[in-house]
Amino acid sequence: MPTLTAQPPHAIKPPKTPVRHDPIIECEIRKLYYGDFLAVKNSSLNIEKGKITAFIGPSGCGKSTVLRCMNRLNDIVRGFRLEGRVAMAGQDIYAANVDPVSVRRHIGMVFQQPTPFVMSVYDNVAFGLRINRDKHDLDHRVEQALKSAALWDEVKDKLKKSALSLSGGQQQRLCIARAIATQPQVLLMDEPCSALDPISTRRIEELMVELRKSYTIVIVTHNLHQAMRVADYTAFMYVDKESRSGYLVEYGETDQIFKHPAEEYTRQYVCGHFS
Amino acid sequence: MSMSPATQQEFDTQSLFYNRWKSRSLRNSLMNWVSGSIALIACLPLLSLLGMVIYRGSRALSWSSFVELPPAPMQEGGGFGNAMVGTITMVSIAALLAVPSGILTAIFLAFLGPDSKLAEAVRFVARVLSGLPSILAGVFAYAMVVLVMKSYSAFAGGVALAVLMLPIILLTAEQSMRMVQARLIEAAVGMGCTSAQVVRRVLLPTAFPGILTGVLLAVARAAGETAPLLFTALFSNYWLVQEGQLKLAEPTASLAVFIFNFSGSAFDNLVEMAWSGALILVLMILTLNLSAQLLAKKLQR
Repeated sequence: MPTLTAQPPHAIKPPKTPVRHDPIIECEIRKLYYGDFLAVKNSSLNIEKGKITAFIGPSGCGKSTVLRCMNRLNDIVRGFRLEGRVAMAGQDIYAANVDPVSVRRHIGMVFQQPTPFVMSVYDNVAFGLRINRDKHDLDHRVEQALKSAALWDEVKDKLKKSALSLSGGQQQRLCIARAIATQPQVLLMDEPCSALDPISTRRIEELMVELRKSYTIVIVTHNLHQAMRVADYTAFMYVDKESRSGYLVEYGETDQIFKHPAEEYTRQYVCGHFS
Repeated sequence: MSMSPATQQEFDTQSLFYNRWKSRSLRNSLMNWVSGSIALIACLPLLSLLGMVIYRGSRALSWSSFVELPPAPMQEGGGFGNAMVGTITMVSIAALLAVPSGILTAIFLAFLGPDSKLAEAVRFVARVLSGLPSILAGVFAYAMVVLVMKSYSAFAGGVALAVLMLPIILLTAEQSMRMVQARLIEAAVGMGCTSAQVVRRVLLPTAFPGILTGVLLAVARAAGETAPLLFTALFSNYWLVQEGQLKLAEPTASLAVFIFNFSGSAFDNLVEMAWSGALILVLMILTLNLSAQLLAKKLQR
């Protein structure tokens, strides 16, 4: 059973165009526990700045868990324990003197289900700015965030309406707007389209490609085509049949992972032989 | 058994029609009738009580009922204005004590330490307390407040009612906070909220309709309590406000005790007055209950 620690992308296959090797997050997970359960093991990879990195793999392989390590959201799960190191811009974010609240303010997150708060559209987008006590020019920045999330035209006349009155796809774009309003270093997206219809999904994908210009995006997806369409790099994770622990099988440029996978498991998965 | 490949049998469509004399149809309609009529009978006590209170209570009801003091025996007119003011005051004092502490406790139970030993203990105590005979709340407030202050008072009444309201508010608030979806909490934490910010900006606003309903139900229950007030506020034939001063440290009238005292009277006019008081009390509680339900529906959409 291959338990390899994948190399950073440039080591696997020299990119055709020279890629600036510039990781914003370095993830080195040796062992990650929930209570006694070893959920993820031996998974290390670097998230490149200004790129889209996709995590693919079967259910239960720990994709979301790894994603949640990057903003310390796992801290609120009981029994969570990490052996390893996750660093943002070189600083270990699990260091004892690092405040997880501060970490999360630099990293935006979008979830599988839209999570609008019970307040107006405007207040949702302004949420992050307000908790940062960063209130100057609020109107302008809310508008900018909504425009970046391609939602402005649809909601500009109902900013004071409840966010719950929006459609599912609009709610998800609202959550993206909320996440990017504070201009985070990284945007984490945990299956952001799995609860959406194909048209909304397409809009979100277009949006991701647009946002890549200003943000680093990490996305977990079940949809292989989505990874192919949007991601620069793709990480494939799989589950150890015996221990049920997830681990990183292969990590590389999206093209390489889908067309010339180095690992047999990856090849079978991307060809749809198992899921 | 082998499946016979023989042609399918002709289907008897007659078997599809109703036959009310079949035993299963008979049993079915019998059960429906029994269940329906018992449901109807169950409504009878409530409806007859309401009818009686409205019938007897509305006869002596007039404007003076609301603005005048209780009459002497045989005296014309009079009212129970001081008792209404007393009830509202004592329920307000109780709410002032029970609502903040109940909600803060619920925040701990639902969010901060839901699995802690302390939470388990508090939940257990709250459940016991919610089944507490209300007279014991009166005895408690008597010992804690009346004996200490050496006087029956509106404040003591408020404390007794607060003891009764607290577990209701606490348990309903915890319940409605637990109903807040975990992913909303996660989203707020993911935005970089501190625990206090999660509570203030997401947990409380989202759970607000449920919390409000619980508070109104607790208030409605407290407003109708008699036993705890007998020990604590007693009764008074005077206004709570005298010479421009709020007399919270003196015996205070309440609707419930007013009804209790006057309904046993030998004088017809006093008994009539008690009926009117009962009608007003019922209407107050009914309004609270209905608005609790309406609000909950409206806010939850």
